[in-house]
This record gives sequence, structure tokens and C-alpha cells, in this order.
Amino acid sequence: MAIAIIVLVVVGLGIVMVFNSLVGLRNQVLNAFRQIDVQLKRRHDLIPNLVESVKGEMKFEKETLERVVQARAAAMSAGQGGNMTEVMAKEGMLTQALGRLMAISENYPNLKANEAVKTLMEELTHTENQISFSRQFYNDVVTKFNTKQQVFPMNLFASVLGFTASALWELPIDSPERETPKVNLAV
Amino acid sequence: MNIYEQQASNRRMTAGIMAVFIGFFLAIGLGFDFFYLNFNPGAVPEYKLKPAGYYEAQGSGGGNVPYGTIGALLFGLGMAANSVFNGTGMVLRSTKARRAAPQNEKEKRFLNVVEEMATAAGLPVPQGYIIPDPDLNAFAAGINPSKAVIAVTEGLVKSLNREELQGVVAHEMSHIRNYDIRLMTVTATLMGAIALISDFSGRSMRYGRRSSVIASSRGSDRKSGGGLFFIVWLLLVLLAPLISRILAMAISRQREFLADASGAELTRNPLALVSALEKIRGAIMPTRAINNGVAHMCIADPRGSLIEEKTGFTADLLATHPPLEKRILALKVMSYQAGKSAA
Repeated sequence: MAIAIIVLVVVGLGIVMVFNSLVGLRNQVLNAFRQIDVQLKRRHDLIPNLVESVKGEMKFEKETLERVVQARAAAMSAGQGGNMTEVMAKEGMLTQALGRLMAISENYPNLKANEAVKTLMEELTHTENQISFSRQFYNDVVTKFNTKQQVFPMNLFASVLGFTASALWELPIDSPERETPKVNLAV
Repeated sequence: MNIYEQQASNRRMTAGIMAVFIGFFLAIGLGFDFFYLNFNPGAVPEYKLKPAGYYEAQGSGGGNVPYGTIGALLFGLGMAANSVFNGTGMVLRSTKARRAAPQNEKEKRFLNVVEEMATAAGLPVPQGYIIPDPDLNAFAAGINPSKAVIAVTEGLVKSLNREELQGVVAHEMSHIRNYDIRLMTVTATLMGAIALISDFSGRSMRYGRRSSVIASSRGSDRKSGGGLFFIVWLLLVLLAPLISRILAMAISRQREFLADASGAELTRNPLALVSALEKIRGAIMPTRAINNGVAHMCIADPRGSLIEEKTGFTADLLATHPPLEKRILALKVMSYQAGKSAA
């Protein structure tokens, strides 16, 4: 009898501890997700300045610039809609459009010499990195959270206690970011 | 060893080092009282017949208050507290580091990289400092992740590209995440204090009066025992700086491999750190702004000495860092394995 009570108490304490750590991890997941949002917002704010300052030099790349502006508008409206897959797809397109803009700007020595543009380009690289690192951190935390729910004793209680697996930040199957970039070396 | 074990072990070692340090001051103080102030509560008192007709113990134990012990203990405690509260500032001042200026293009890039790595590690953003030195080196200091600093030399900011800089900053960021910085900062500060006090005692020994114990003809057992004690005490005082340095180096060496590995985990790009380490290795000149007391905190040995590149017992004992060659090899293996699993 006494042994049964001790076992019950130990098991109960174990569940309480895992429950608390799961709550902590769930909040970390939410926070990490907000961090991605912050960085995406920063990128949206940065783009108008960037387009404005390179417009003069890059007259011949009108199409590229327009694509960036359009992708930004689409991403922002998707962000307001709040549909996650939509947001991921649109932000993916924006990343791709910006990558193209940065690659092309390498061909304009005047741009590279321009102080303001150089600062903006560094800002843009920084923001792109921030987005990818905050995504990486989010995925790390989500993996930890999900693993903790799925390992043996906890998989019996997790769903009863109201925990569900969080989704990783992945690119949609048909995302343009998944395509291998085409490099044209013809002169 | 995972990160939590590493953090716990670092906390324990920090406490242990502070305890050893305070114990060391206790020993110095006791010895000082015993040999210089002639304080000896254990001595057999001599009884003398007083004119009034009774025996009274004549204190052969000198003064009754162990001033030296109390002073040294207070000093030791003060220094230990100081290492926690001011250690970061002291380390930074000793290298003449200044805040990185966002107006400067390269330094802005460094600050941005620091921010990115803080995001990747999920930590608060540390302050970025620049050490005015043309050599390539970097270190992190602080007591906890929310009050940490990362300092790099001017040369490093200038000659590394963005990805290599990311690799170096990620290495420092993992020192911060593992609480290596607390251990290293406390060690650096205490090592400075030990060097100071040992120097002081050494000098007072040269000029001081030590006659009371060794030369006194009172009590033969006391004489030989005192002599032996004195030699041990002397060795302790003289060798303390050396011993503390060897200790610091051993602590630091272990942690470099781990920081390399978890730094690569942050950037997911071990090869960037490899090429940064190769550049650092290529710049063999010593980092003059960084003195020996801070050597164990840096990403590569600032002395630029060849002992870092040697293997074997002497190198194991005296080097602050594992040979760069070994670290580069370990990172290359890591990237090969990552490439294989991805393919």
C-alpha cells in the first residue's frame, strides 16, 4: 500500500515537471515565432528606401524592381490575412525577388560605390540573415518542443494535457525558393 | 557533454575557483601572521613567576589579533566580489577596447553580425567592442548572457569577410551561451589579483624581517616545523601565478573545441569558421593590446607563440588553446559529415 502511494506520488511529480517544461517550451515557440514576424516587418519597412535609392541607376532593371515592390505588397497583405501557408509562400517570393535584385546590383559599379546604397545593401543582408536565423531558431525550438511530446512516457499524456505538435517553418512545396537558381553566363 | 551539463559544470567550476582563490588568500594571510607578525595561538605559553607570587602566561604568540589573516581574507573576498561585479569592465580596460561605432561601415557590419548570431542563439544581443590592434583576435566576456560583451580586434573586422566574421562571432556567442564567459572573466580578474599579491609578498620577503621564527632558538620542534612550513608557504606564494595560469589554460583549452562545434551549429557553416581560423593563423604577429592575463579568453592565442602549434605534454600544459590545426581538422570533418548526410 505504502509502496503504491510512493509510486503514485513520484509519477505525479514527474508529470508535473514535464508539464511545466512543456509550458515553458510552448511559450518559447510563440516567442520565437514573434521574432520572425518582427524581422519580416523590418524587411517590409526597408524595401521602399532601397528601391528609391537604386531606381535612378537601375533604370534598365525596371522589371526586377517592380517584382520586388509587388512581392512586398503581396507579402504584407498576406501578413494581414494571417494565413500561415500564404504568408510563407509570399515571403518566400519576396526573398527570391530581393536575392535577384542584390545579384543584379553587383553589375552596377556606380551602385557599389554609392555610400547610401552600400549602407542599405548591408542593412538588407543583415535583415535577410536575421530572418533566416530567427527561422532557424524557431525550428530548433519547435523540434525540441515536439520531441519532448513524442518521446515515450510523455506521448501518453501530452495530448490529454492539451499539447499539440507545432508546425516547422518550411517552404511550401511549390515555393519559388525551392527552385535551383538559373545562372546565365553568356556574355 | 550537452549544453546544460556544460553550463552546470561551468557554474560549479566558477564557484570552485573562487573558493580556491579565497583559500589561497587565507593561507597567505596565516603565513604572514605566523612568520612576520609572530602570531601563534598554538604555542606553549611560558609561565613566569610574578613578583606578586603567582604564575602568569607570557604570550609567546605575539599579537593576539591575526591582522594579516583578516586583511588577506577581506581582500580575497573583496577581489572575488569585484571579479563578479567589475570583471567585464576590467578585462575590457586592460585591452583598451572601445565601443564599436555604428557610423563606421565595417564596425556596423560587425554589430549586425553580432545581432544575427544573438538571434540564432536566442539570446539577448551582447555589446560589441573593438580592440585597437592590427592583429586578428576576438574574445567574449561577461557574467551572464544578458550582460555579455564580444570584443574583436580592428584587424579582424577589416580582413574577414562577412561569413568568416559570422563564424568567429558564433564561436564567441557559444562561449556566452555555455557560461564559459563567467568562468573566464572571473579567472582573468582573480589571476591578476594573485599576481599582484604574490609580487607584494615576494618583495616583503626580500626586505622584511623574518628573524622571529627561523633564527630564534626558542623551542627546537617549533624551529624545524616552522622552517618546513615556511618553505611550503614560500613555494605557494612564489608559484601561485604560474599555477593559476596553468589552471586557466587547462580550463580554456577544453572549451575551445566545444565552442567551435556549437558555433558551427549556430551558423550551419563550419567552413566559414575554418577559413577565419586559417586567416587568424596566417596573421602570426602577436596581439599586443591583449596581455597574458586575458590570453585564455581569446579565440586564438594572442601571444602568437609557436607552442600553440606543438603537440605533446609541454604544449598540453602551457598552451591556452588546442593547436589551430586540430581545430580546423575537427571543423572540416564536421562539414564533411554534414554534407554527406544532406546529400
